[in-house]
Order: sequence, then structure tokens, then C-alpha cells
Amino acid sequence: MSVPLWLIVLIKSAIVLFIVITTFAYAMLFERKVLGWMQLRPGPNRVGPWGMLQPAADAAKMLFKEDLTPQTADPFIYRIAPFIALATAMGTFAIIPFSETSAGVWSVSDVNAGILFLFALTSIGVYGISLAGWSSGSKFPLLGSIRATAQMISYELSMTMSVVGVLILAGTTSLVGIVHAQDRLWFVIPQLVGFAIYLMTAVAETNRAPFDLVEAETELVGGFHTEYSGLRFGLFFIAEYLNMITVSCIGTLLFLGGWNALFGLSFIPGIVWFLIKVGFFLFVYIWLRATLPRFRYDRLMAFGWKVLLPVATLNLLLTAAVVSVMR
Amino acid sequence: MRTALDAIVAIFQGLATTFSFFFKKKPTIPYPTIKKQHAPRFHGLHELRRYDDGKERCIGCELCQIACPANAITVIGAENTPTDRRSPGERYAARYEIDELRCIFCGLCEEACPTDAIVLTPRFEMSDYRRGSFVYAKDRLLVPREAEVGSAPDERPNGIPSDLGAVAAQKSTVDVQRGYGATWRGELLKTDRKGLAG
Repeated sequence: MSVPLWLIVLIKSAIVLFIVITTFAYAMLFERKVLGWMQLRPGPNRVGPWGMLQPAADAAKMLFKEDLTPQTADPFIYRIAPFIALATAMGTFAIIPFSETSAGVWSVSDVNAGILFLFALTSIGVYGISLAGWSSGSKFPLLGSIRATAQMISYELSMTMSVVGVLILAGTTSLVGIVHAQDRLWFVIPQLVGFAIYLMTAVAETNRAPFDLVEAETELVGGFHTEYSGLRFGLFFIAEYLNMITVSCIGTLLFLGGWNALFGLSFIPGIVWFLIKVGFFLFVYIWLRATLPRFRYDRLMAFGWKVLLPVATLNLLLTAAVVSVMR
Repeated sequence: MRTALDAIVAIFQGLATTFSFFFKKKPTIPYPTIKKQHAPRFHGLHELRRYDDGKERCIGCELCQIACPANAITVIGAENTPTDRRSPGERYAARYEIDELRCIFCGLCEEACPTDAIVLTPRFEMSDYRRGSFVYAKDRLLVPREAEVGSAPDERPNGIPSDLGAVAAQKSTVDVQRGYGATWRGELLKTDRKGLAG
């Protein structure tokens, strides 16, 4: 008797979602701890040992908060926007390969144009944010959503450019194929510029400090989610962290060799390597947040269009030239 | 180009700073479990003292009330009678109230007192839910009769908790012995100095 494919996919999805949501909860705690330590504070340490139950406490708080809808809001879009943000953030995990053993690739499904699918999904995620701000019927969210649209579109260009360099080197758009192409040399070395650009644009893409113009507390109160409360705000919160984890996973797969071991330490399983690398990315994210102040909006746009995009394009051209000469 | 390079260097300097902070010892004192050592002359909650024989030191002279710059103290004196002697002097404080919300903890009442009856203890945890509860009357200010003379306020059984549980080993400008007994007021507490009326 063979198990139907849809059941396998369903079970795999459930497992991946469970792991991802748990990771989100502890990524949040990790962030608060690391931020605290970097600011000479102990961080959350009241709920459970070392604050380990803090995510549960936060979730309980979020659940019992009142769910408000402003009178001026467009109720339908206002309510559906968090789901767009979260669904796209979760959807990316359907195709991210986490590791590979002799039994096969550890992923819900192995899509042969995986990287394109990933970027398509993360681009749709912008809709969640822009619609949320637009439909709130209030000034600050509107400003936040305008910024989201402008910022995410302009940074997505450079991000894609930096990724195309990797695609040229690997000669495939399949995520597993890209990882296999890095068996000997991680792409972070030939694509150092691309990696730097990816790191910067990924921060901008996920609206994290120093590029968190979309929710800039000091100027826009809470940006696009000013009017949201309770669980709906929680969904945006989850989406933001899932996006963070997603771009960390993509960065790991594209530049840091995915589950490939370092220094021939291949007795450590691939999944551990993968997690270490993703953890490194997350740490860098938090590190940047603890260090750098927020950009001014016009400088952010100028930096994106006048610096990152030309550099990414040059890098792409150079990579293409070198690869075509080498062949 | 030069400025761009400087900016990039500055970013990495910043990252190095935060990274070094990551491993530094944190100065935070987890307050309810560990408390910071207070200065030896810390001005906290008031206390009305007694003599060895259990008589109140306060003679109801109202000098503290006059000295108080915040008008926090109210004293209403009454005559001692041979059958009901509260204090060694002629008068005693029938009512003695301090509004701890008005009090600025300057210690002038302590200095004005001719009998060393009112002293400031190092207790500072007075938070409550109602404003009225901050008006401390004799029932809370007076050292209970059963308490030993010279006992530190945190050793007394009148329910006010110790504020010197676990003391944080903080670097202090003055290196003093820990605990209330080591403080200046603790010394005052031990000496049974006779006041004017004594």
C-alpha cells in the first residue's frame, strides 16, 4: 500500500511549520537576549530559567488582547492583510531544502526553479504590508506602506541582481543544485561583493534595523501596523521573523554552501551545519540592529538606487564575463 | 570616496564595540532578589523609638513638625497622667502622622528632635495601591514594645520586611560593613542616649 503524495506533503508541511514556528518563538527570545547583552543588559530573565518561557508568555498576552478595527479602515482588506503577510512568509518554507542524506533531500518539495519561486513569494509579501498600511485608514500606517512599497521594490532589484551572480556560477535555479555546485568552494568567496549586497538588501527587504523605515517607531509610531493589535499584530510579527529566517536560509543556501560541512568536518550532520549557518545570519541581523541607527529615508533610497544597484549590476556583468571566458 | 571609506570603517568599529559589549559583565542588579547596598546615612522610612523601659521617646514637642520643610509631619501632643505615662516627659504624642508621599526624606525632623525619638531607617520599599496608606501613623512608625531596644529595624517582628536580603556586591565609594547595625543610625539605635526629658 502506497501512501498518497498529498498526505506525505501534508505531514511534511506540518512538521516544517511546527519547527519554523518554534524557531520563530526562540529567534524572538534570542534577539531580545542578544540585544540586551549588546546593550549591557541581561535581557528577559524573569519567565522561566533564562527567560526560556518568555515566548509562551508573549503568545498568551497576544491572544488575549483586544482585536481592534478602526472605523475608517477597509474591514475586509484590513483583516486579510496579516494573512497575506504570514501566508507568503510561511509558503517559502515549502521549498527550502534543509539538508540532504542518502535517503533524499530534506524539504517539503524540491522545485527545479526554486529560487525564482522564493523571490516571487517574498515579493508578494510586500502586498501584506502595503495593504495593511493602506487599509488602516490612518496617516502613519499609510506613510509606512508607501515606504514599504518604495523600499522593497528598490531593494529587491539589487537583491535579485546579487543572486543572479550565484545562478550564473551554479548554472541552475534549483536550490539543491546550487548547494551541490558549492561542494568544493562556497560562493561567498567568488561572490563576495554579491554576498555583501545580498546581506544589505536582505536587511532592507525584511524591514529590519537599520532599514526599518517601514515601521520606524520614532517617526511613524508603528508604521504599517500602528492600528493592529492582538493576534493580528502577532501575525505581522511572526511574518517579520519568518521572513528573517527565510532570507537567512536563502543566504545560507546561495552563499554559505547550504548543508556542506566546513573544513571537511563531514561527520557532523548537514542539518546541524545548516542551522549553524542560519543562526550566524540571524546573529548578524541582530548585531546590525544593536549597532546601527536608522537610515534617513532619502538616503536609504539614494543608497539603494545609486550605490547598491550599480555595484550589483557591475558584479553581475563581471561574473558573467569571467564565466563565459572560463568555459 | 574617502568619506565613503570612513563610513564603512565606522560601521565596523561600531560592530566591534557592540560585539565587545556582548561579552562584558552586565551591571544590572536583579532588584527584587538582590538589592543594592545603600549608603551608610541613607534616608528612608521613619521610625519612632522607645527607651529601654518601653516608654516612648517622643515628648510631643512638635519641633519636627515645625522643622519639616514639606509639611509632612503632624503631631498632636497630650499630657501624661500619673496613671497613663507614655513618655518620661510631661507630654507625649497622642497623634503622630507622617505623610510619606509629601516627605522629601531630608532628615531635618531627626535633627530637630531633642530626644532622638524620630529617626530615618534605611527601609525604602513602601509602595502601595492607595494614597491614604502612605500616611504613616503611630501604629506603623512606633517601634513595637516587644522589640528589643537597639534591634535593627529589619530584625523586628512588626512585619516590615528586611531591605537588606541579598546585597549586591557593588563597588561603593565608601566601603562599609553591611547591614543596618553598621550604619550611623544603627549606632544611634544602640546608644541609649538620654534625651532632654530622660
